[in-house]
Amino acid sequence: MELMLRINGAERRFEPPLTVAGLVGRLGVEGKRVAIERNGEIVPRSRYGDVLLADGDRLEVVVAVGGG
Amino acid sequence: MDDRLVIAGKAYRSRLLVGTGKYRDFEQTRLAVEASGAEIVTVAIRRVNIGQTAGEPSLLEVLPPSRYTILPNTAGCYTADDAVRTLRLARELLDGHSLVKLEVLGDADTLFPNMPETLAAARTLVAEGFQVMVYCSDDPILARELEETGCVAVMPLASLIGSGMGILNPWNLQIILDRAKVPVLVDAGIGTASDAAVAMELGCDGVLMNTAIAKARDPVRMGRAMKLAVEAGREAWLAGRMDKKPYKASASSPVEGLIGKTA
Repeated sequence: MELMLRINGAERRFEPPLTVAGLVGRLGVEGKRVAIERNGEIVPRSRYGDVLLADGDRLEVVVAVGGG
Repeated sequence: MDDRLVIAGKAYRSRLLVGTGKYRDFEQTRLAVEASGAEIVTVAIRRVNIGQTAGEPSLLEVLPPSRYTILPNTAGCYTADDAVRTLRLARELLDGHSLVKLEVLGDADTLFPNMPETLAAARTLVAEGFQVMVYCSDDPILARELEETGCVAVMPLASLIGSGMGILNPWNLQIILDRAKVPVLVDAGIGTASDAAVAMELGCDGVLMNTAIAKARDPVRMGRAMKLAVEAGREAWLAGRMDKKPYKASASSPVEGLIGKTA
């Protein structure tokens, strides 16, 4: 059973089980300064290793960019 | 001479705050920000480009939070809810940093703020412990409401974001300045150095700008021009300008001792 996640508005599929820390590695943003919201709630960086993602989760993964 | 800008209890030497958008590249951003002398720089929060970021430098490597006070904004948000979510993400991104710039837009053509949504977002953010610097219209009553809500600075527009039209309503700004107990910064609309100087001569506590520097022909040089303009305007305001005397000239040279006169 695949895990369907909606990440930054686009559907992506992964092999479960997957934690937020695992996802960060799969997305290639490990070591980057990002912040993650899961289903409308912030996932603190200290909890990336604990939070197991569930099928249908909606995630926002953001960075700081130039802006005024 | 200790003339600091104090926002939420923290003192800054520079009264110029700059945005980091619209530059050619990160190197130009870095150089222009350096030339401006700004200590507070705004950034936007956006979705990461998955799969396209490997090896790319990030903005916060170019402008490290150890050196600059990073002011995350909510540019592009049209609802209080989106603005609040964006700043919660920003706080997480910046390790609990709580000083933020709130802006909730009402219209894509004018980028005019939606003030009811801005007030709603400000209430939520203040309740959650954010220190909110707020982009707003130049309505003195709304500015007062934002202050009463607990915002740490109010930032009325001088003219539309990115328009470079300068200060269109100095009289409204003056009313806000006369009444506010928190710092008042002009945010948006500055076009060139004289606009920034005028804002400071009105008594503004600071100026926030982006496009005026980023879209100058030479952004690094304009960064320096803005630094000087903000300093000059501030000094002029502190010095207290002479009275305007529209109908009566006053010679600068002595009127006695002119040659060719009989005693």
